[in-house]
Amino acid sequence: MITIREAVKTYKGSDDPALKSISLQVERGEFVFLVGASGSGKSTLMRMVLREDVPNQGSIHVLGEDLINLASRRVPIFRRRLGVVFQDFRLLPQKNVYENVAYSSRVIGKSRGFIETAVPDVLSLVGLSEKAKRMPSELSGGEQQRVAVARAIVNKPDILLADEPTGNLDPNTSGEIMDLLERINLGGTTVLMATHDRGIVDRLKKRVVELSNGEIIRDEIAAGYREFDTGQIPKADSE
Amino acid sequence: MKFIFALGESWAGIRSNVSMVISIILVTFISLAFVGIAALLQLQINEMKNYWYDRAQVAVYMCTDVSPAAACPTGEASEAEIAAVEAQLKSNVLAPYIDQYYFETHEEAYEKFSEDFADSTVASYVTPEQLNEAFWVNLNNPEQSAIITESFSGVGGVEQVRDQRGYLDSIFSFLNAGSITAGAVAGVMLASALLLISTTIRLSAFSRRREIGIMRLVGASNFSIQFPFVLEGVIAATLGALLSAGAVLASVRFLVQDFLAVRLPFTAFVGLDQALLVVPWLIAGGVILSALASAVAIRRYLKV
Repeated sequence: MITIREAVKTYKGSDDPALKSISLQVERGEFVFLVGASGSGKSTLMRMVLREDVPNQGSIHVLGEDLINLASRRVPIFRRRLGVVFQDFRLLPQKNVYENVAYSSRVIGKSRGFIETAVPDVLSLVGLSEKAKRMPSELSGGEQQRVAVARAIVNKPDILLADEPTGNLDPNTSGEIMDLLERINLGGTTVLMATHDRGIVDRLKKRVVELSNGEIIRDEIAAGYREFDTGQIPKADSE
Repeated sequence: MKFIFALGESWAGIRSNVSMVISIILVTFISLAFVGIAALLQLQINEMKNYWYDRAQVAVYMCTDVSPAAACPTGEASEAEIAAVEAQLKSNVLAPYIDQYYFETHEEAYEKFSEDFADSTVASYVTPEQLNEAFWVNLNNPEQSAIITESFSGVGGVEQVRDQRGYLDSIFSFLNAGSITAGAVAGVMLASALLLISTTIRLSAFSRRREIGIMRLVGASNFSIQFPFVLEGVIAATLGALLSAGAVLASVRFLVQDFLAVRLPFTAFVGLDQALLVVPWLIAGGVILSALASAVAIRRYLKV
């Protein structure tokens, strides 16, 4: 699914690389937490997988595509096989729930027939069938994030990228979102989720990849959220 | 389906940007109207050239008793001098260039003059003797009038050689200056229209940056991201072009045909048929220029 070999990324105007020789292998159907402090390179890694940026050295293959040598006109076609969810939801405020979800199908030219069956399907999957006609401003944060998840998966992506999807949510709502992501993962979609949420990581016992200063310092199966030698006070379980 | 979606996106852009879109419409309207005026003036010049150049004659005016002494020291041209001019017109040197010529006597000149100035009191002061006798020459090629002018300038008994095209040329150069002025104004206006279009498209893209971001994330092709913006610019400019086409047609119909043509009945004017030739170019020009301007603008915006 995702194969990264010795990828180095240095941004212009910075001597310190954002990623220092990262190697990572993610298989189909895996659920991977990406943890680490701000500036550890999580976002950079996510951007690489989305092909918003490419490494200066090394290689990255996602869904069988060599992203460094992928022609820019093929990038949109590649991205159709990925779904993305963000901390700040990024819904279109002037469109209702149904239209927000349908939008991502419409812009890639899906047929009316596809949209009319797929959109109600994902809305019922995320539990928002009743609120299809509501505007985003009328929804709670958790509901808005569920709309964003529905939008990310309506085109049936192979990989779901989630960049701190629970960052703006309270613990209960976060739990709902995580249940949803787990269900999507059980359906066969690979999930790569960057997070700071210790409670979630500890509870779900999934594979954890920890980044620090642009390096992978830990890659464990069924692990918890531990940051070695950071001197942080262990946070009480939030639930 | 996809086109309708793009159209919907463009419409959303136009609605959120009404005042800018109206300014595009107006600026395109004015600039293309000037383009139309410049083109119509050129057509008018051609129309008049075609009509008048064929009819234009070269006049060889013979001396009269009242001619200036510098050109006619001996006063009224003598029979011999007139005969000499006619002989030269018939000679092998000039004959090949001449279609036909005729001689106009004092009386004939007077008759024509009285007719032309029938309404004026001038006619009553003029006597036939004051008007020049003249050879009126039609050339095979009106452009070659210099041959006649050179042959007869300074010849005894000839007061002046005059190419009627000279009068026309001053009218044409006046019309041409008008056309060039209109063209220059059109150029400046078009430049500002293009800049306005690209600014508007960038504003529109900025106001829809969320949508653009989402479109990119879900893998919308560059074309389908950019197309609604290009369409937005093209729709606005096309409305302006249609207004300018209407203005061109209306000015030909009401200003030229109903006003000028009625008052100057013996002049050939441009008609609606010529205006209709100009109109498609205005619309095509508006569409192509606005498409280019907005395509360049949106590409540059999305690259940053």
